[in-house]
Amino acid sequence: MESSRRILSLLMENEAGALSRVVGLFSQRGYNIETLNVAPTNDKSLSRLTLTTIGDERKIEQITKQLNKLIDVIKLVDLTEGSHIERESMLIKVRATGAMREEIKRTTDIFRGQIVDVNSTLYTIQLIGTQQKLDAFIEAVKDANILEVVRSGVSGIARGEKILSL
Amino acid sequence: MLDKDSEKPDQPAPSKGLAEVSPDAEMLSGGEMLVRALEEEGVEFIFGYPGGAVLHIYDALHKHSKIPHILVRHEQAATHAADGYSRSTGKTGVALVTSGPGATNAITGIATAYMDSIPMVVISGQVQSHLIGEDAFQETDMIGISRPVVKHSYLVQRTEDIPGILKKAFYLANSGRPGPVVVDIPKDISAPWEKRPFHYPKTVKMRSYTPSTKGHSGQIKRAVEELLRAKRPIIYSGGGVIQGKASEALRALAKHLNFPVTSTLMGLGAYPGSDRQFLGMLGMHGTYEANNTMHGSDLILAVGARFDDRVTNTVAKFCPDATIIHIDVDPTSISKTVSAHLPIVGPARETLEEMLEQIQAIEARDGIANKVDQAALALWWKQIDAWRAEQGIYASNRFDDTTDAIKPQEVIQLLHELTEGKAFVTSDVGQHQMFAAQYYVFDEPHQWINSGGLGTMGFGLPSAMGVKLAHPDSAVVCVTGEGSIQMCIQELSTCTQYKIPVLILNLNNGYLGMVKQWQDMQYEGRYAQSTYQDSLPDFIKLAEAYGHVGMKVTDKSTLREKMQEALEQSKTQLVFMDVYVDPHEHVYPMHIAPNGAMNDMWLSKGERTENGK
Repeated sequence: MESSRRILSLLMENEAGALSRVVGLFSQRGYNIETLNVAPTNDKSLSRLTLTTIGDERKIEQITKQLNKLIDVIKLVDLTEGSHIERESMLIKVRATGAMREEIKRTTDIFRGQIVDVNSTLYTIQLIGTQQKLDAFIEAVKDANILEVVRSGVSGIARGEKILSL
Repeated sequence: MLDKDSEKPDQPAPSKGLAEVSPDAEMLSGGEMLVRALEEEGVEFIFGYPGGAVLHIYDALHKHSKIPHILVRHEQAATHAADGYSRSTGKTGVALVTSGPGATNAITGIATAYMDSIPMVVISGQVQSHLIGEDAFQETDMIGISRPVVKHSYLVQRTEDIPGILKKAFYLANSGRPGPVVVDIPKDISAPWEKRPFHYPKTVKMRSYTPSTKGHSGQIKRAVEELLRAKRPIIYSGGGVIQGKASEALRALAKHLNFPVTSTLMGLGAYPGSDRQFLGMLGMHGTYEANNTMHGSDLILAVGARFDDRVTNTVAKFCPDATIIHIDVDPTSISKTVSAHLPIVGPARETLEEMLEQIQAIEARDGIANKVDQAALALWWKQIDAWRAEQGIYASNRFDDTTDAIKPQEVIQLLHELTEGKAFVTSDVGQHQMFAAQYYVFDEPHQWINSGGLGTMGFGLPSAMGVKLAHPDSAVVCVTGEGSIQMCIQELSTCTQYKIPVLILNLNNGYLGMVKQWQDMQYEGRYAQSTYQDSLPDFIKLAEAYGHVGMKVTDKSTLREKMQEALEQSKTQLVFMDVYVDPHEHVYPMHIAPNGAMNDMWLSKGERTENGK
């Protein structure tokens, strides 16, 4: 069976220990979390957690079932099963001196990023997009110039009428 | 051990939250609330061990509780005893332990219960709230350390939360797929000077937990069609049938269909072992007829079983012709190792009942007594009976009974005969466990009590205590070995204190027998650390030191008489029967691994099946 990248998004009780149960499940059973993003929703008793993982059909089915089995997890959806919007945000600090200063600004514009902090030798850039887009930006500015990267992990939402709520 | 922070603070904190509660609510401390909650839940025994962090709770128990508390000698035994109580009654077992080492000692018993889906509530003390995370005396992160082996857990943060949390804990433990629930209570939360209004909820509802109460009727309908079409069927029954109280439903369905039935180690007794349709246990040490019938089947109805690696042998070679219907209340058990063609998520009893109803409705509609192809089924039974006659372990003895050595198998056969198959049998882990499973033919659910999933040595004696307390008028026998029994032997003292008369049947072969068997078969008889170099205690003297009766049997000719005597005496006193058995006996049949199929077995030393060779 072929492995693919999945975005699993779930609603869980906003309680102490809930996140550790989700994370523990992955390490206990030898599954891998690629990215993880979690925060309370408009209903403060609920947390929305989104994670990306890689696995074949069978493994994903088992992960989904195991996550659903956790007492704190209320609902779960595999966003990659339908059309969806995926976003990740990134703050990236890069060296910006000499010719590179203008070059990086241009690249940032092309990627529709914003320079949110500046000094004489550095730019801090904010960028939002899919995981692929952020990867491409990192590729474009080249490792040698990158001083620090902070990524939020993927979050996502289904398109259209589909809603993950109670 | 006590912690030094147990003194009452100078100024008792004022009670908070009074305004929200009705004026007639009773004011109780956390410890008192816990006692009341346990009483509300109908708890019959608490198995536990006191310590600093649970002193307030113990004081509340001492002052207010009507529930008997059994003081074990090690916290592992508290959880095993609660587990044995639960397995023999179907009710939720309760253990109470202190923080730190008390909590960590309980982990093995919690994991044992988790692997076998046993309902249990474990209450652990925790250091005071303000000390949590400071490496305080006897602090351990119980919620963290128990997380992989509990169904759920709670760290109580406010005294007034105790009733609601206990209600949820009991509900979670014994609904859906049962399992252990840990409630960790910091010491200050149970303090006697912190009184809060007590209200015990009548019902519980959790938006995040809705266990299945009924199988999908459409799926059941499709399953019924498959059942009625089958020519070489088998029912594969597991521990879920016992936990799901589905024994009657299973019997009714199997009888109506005249299908053969096999069982996992955990499911023994759900279907009567002495019934003609029962083929014995399946799997690694399953019977020849059960494993062959599984392998040759065209339809498997799996109920409350989980296709464990000790059952399937090589998954890729598992039952190549079979359509698999899998009923389980826990969706994660379905298609985890072996893919089910027809999954049914639902409780065993309700699902089996609906299956039978649908079958009977079809037969009534068609005016036919039995819709299954009777000619094909008769042919299948003929084949099964031939397997039975050829190599069945009950057809003729699969061990050499002509020597002077006492064979462990015949000890179990004799135990079965003398107890008329009606005893509760607990076991530890190893050869004796397999011999007990094979040769004590269990006719009723809850009768066979062993650690199947985790395989916990030391389980036998403490679990027997729990069983005996729940069933004081029944014979309770702990079948064990000289290796396992020493892992919780301290409980002989508990049995003295509470006058718990069980029969300990020690199959003493002087080796860690199952380890030795594998070393014989796979390591050319190199016995790495599987003997004790003449260091075994005199078990007779040891039993007597605790005030029990010890009985040694080395002569085969006295076995019957001694066992009769032991059974009689164990009505009033704990009897430790130390039986010296043949050290070189192996458990057969045994799956050939790796790369074997269900029907590839060693049948005795040097004798194996020759499928396709």
